Amino acid sequence: MGRGSRAPGHWRGGGAVLEPPRMSSHESWGHFPKVAAGDQGEVTLRWLPSRLPEPPHGERLLAHGLGRSYGDSCLNPGGSLLLTSGLDRFMAFDPATGLLSCEAGVTLDAILRLVVPQGWFLPVTPGTKYVTIGGAIANDVHGKNHHGAGTFGRHVRQLSLLRSDGRVHVCSPHRESELFAATVAGLGLTGLILSAELKLQRIQSQDVIQETVPFEDLDGFFAINRESVESWPFTVAWVDCVARGRRLGRGLYYRGRPAPPSMAPTRPARSHLTHAPLARVPFRLPSFSLNRLTVGAFNALYRWSNLRKPSPSRVHYDGYFYPLDGVLHWNRIYGSGGFLQFQCVVPHSDGGAVMRDLLGRIARSGQASFLTVLKTFGALQSPGLLSFPRPGVTLALDLRHRGASTLALFAELEGVVREAGGALYPAKDACMTPESFRAAYPALPRFEKHLDPAFSSAFWRRMTGAAPALP
Amino acid sequence: MNRVLVLGATSAIAQATCRLLAERGARLYLVARNRERLEAVSRDLQTRGAAELHTEVRDLDDVSFHEGIVQRAERALGGIDGVLLAHGVLGDQKECERSWHAAAKVLHTNFVGPASLLTHVANLLESKGAGTIVVISSVAGDRGRQSNYVYGASKGGLTTWLQGLRNRLAPAGVRVITVKPGFVDTPMTAHLPKNALFAKPDAIASGIMRAVALKRNVVYLPLIWWPIMTIVRAVPEFLFKRLKL
Repeated sequence: MGRGSRAPGHWRGGGAVLEPPRMSSHESWGHFPKVAAGDQGEVTLRWLPSRLPEPPHGERLLAHGLGRSYGDSCLNPGGSLLLTSGLDRFMAFDPATGLLSCEAGVTLDAILRLVVPQGWFLPVTPGTKYVTIGGAIANDVHGKNHHGAGTFGRHVRQLSLLRSDGRVHVCSPHRESELFAATVAGLGLTGLILSAELKLQRIQSQDVIQETVPFEDLDGFFAINRESVESWPFTVAWVDCVARGRRLGRGLYYRGRPAPPSMAPTRPARSHLTHAPLARVPFRLPSFSLNRLTVGAFNALYRWSNLRKPSPSRVHYDGYFYPLDGVLHWNRIYGSGGFLQFQCVVPHSDGGAVMRDLLGRIARSGQASFLTVLKTFGALQSPGLLSFPRPGVTLALDLRHRGASTLALFAELEGVVREAGGALYPAKDACMTPESFRAAYPALPRFEKHLDPAFSSAFWRRMTGAAPALP
Repeated sequence: MNRVLVLGATSAIAQATCRLLAERGARLYLVARNRERLEAVSRDLQTRGAAELHTEVRDLDDVSFHEGIVQRAERALGGIDGVLLAHGVLGDQKECERSWHAAAKVLHTNFVGPASLLTHVANLLESKGAGTIVVISSVAGDRGRQSNYVYGASKGGLTTWLQGLRNRLAPAGVRVITVKPGFVDTPMTAHLPKNALFAKPDAIASGIMRAVALKRNVVYLPLIWWPIMTIVRAVPEFLFKRLKL
């Protein structure tokens, strides 16, 4: 193991639960930024620890689940990762009340497999089920139902948090509520989340009724959205961000609602039955495979094929919520340079104008990619101090990392967002400036009181200039 | 396998297999030595749908309890139709070379203890005339190698024991399945650098369930280990002794 450059040292703490530490090759989902080999340690957790492991040179710790954060919030070069995916045990589930408790490394996929047959569903789900519940809390993830259900953190009844003070803090909206508020959306910086209790959502069937409505420009999006958020719990739009000029902002609006019981249930994706993905990207594609032409062709094809599908239609939840999960390692299509995710939210007031500005700049740059998503957030407040979602319009897209030109585009977009009083999403970020972060997250001083000194991340150090090891 | 006695229930392979059993509503009697971990596993399996769960905290190295464990499990479950034996240690080969005490411990945990348990289990199932015994052995038992022969010998002995047991119990209608995993990503191998040959416990678990359903005798898991070990076994000894395996 110790192929690293750092001197090996003796770890303490963790008791018998601690496995031998080793150098970590874990990356974030965007493959950017890179972590130099030997620069990041890791410890696999298989059982709930009663105290935190102590690295030899005071290196700081960071919980790391399935590594679906795009940028550097799940990385800790100069420190160590606590790998939580082995903390994958359920603790209790009451099918009468929909209360579920489990260890922090349990995945949303595992939860769905358990609870869907018993008539329950996740109250909030992001676009992938391959995240851990600890990660979902630490990033306070959101989904297509934000306007009606708020963020994931709103549905967490209680969590237990192991801190370097040697104690397990059981916190909830009513107990140690400030620590709870700091831990929800706390990016893993307040300690190690050990377990959580979640209130699930009742469903009548495993299906979703989905309607696809095309729109020709941004005004079209806002018109459909106004009418849809009133009566559809799930809304999201795909935007063809290659389209320019008059077509700027054209796309497809997807709205859905839980389906009533049916005599003829739909079939899930094959991947759901076999536990295997439908396809996988075996290696990182060469950088020329994604360009204006291929993305333009893909977008045209995507729009055409989705408009051919019957609408409304009854679809299995797997295909509705997690279309990308069918392709394992889809992030590899962006090649070895990785990619940047840009997700912002800007206030409703001039949301339309800001989106037009952002989409115009992206289309002109020629760096557009196919996964561009537009949605509005509702007014439901998250308990999390650093929660990203807030009332407004949110835009999310991938930018293949082509070097300086991509960073310049990102900085340009970031400037527009800051000007508009908006925010970027730390879970997806690798580039934003500390100034943007401070401006968008005014509760930061309150949050910082609850930081655990033994924890840190690359993201946090980039935002604050903190050191990777304890003094 | 509906009423199953699980020996070494907190091992990674046992946990993964028990999850599949629990999802089918199995009734389980779990034995492991760490109370806290056993409770965590038990709660997990309960939540996943196990129809019935019993736990016994016991260090299986202590053979004096073995007969009692089998009896208690039979009473608690109202009969046993499956046994999963999954406990074991890898040991440290270098330390085993230096110290007979260390080597003897590996042999005891991986061979003597299981042999004792299997004696009681076999006698019970033979008298009932039905049942399936699944035992985790290892590919390491297929040939002695300088890097790993103490562990290998313990598993080789276990494999031979199972072979004989299968032969003995076949007329009684009791099946014995020898499971030979290769490298599995578990606490046992935590110190080893991972490579493409490493399998997840989940994959071993579904292989075990398949072996039970298909009434197999010996299974290499994942399957890639069957050709690998066929080649390893075929190398003549005069050559093999010069290899650094």
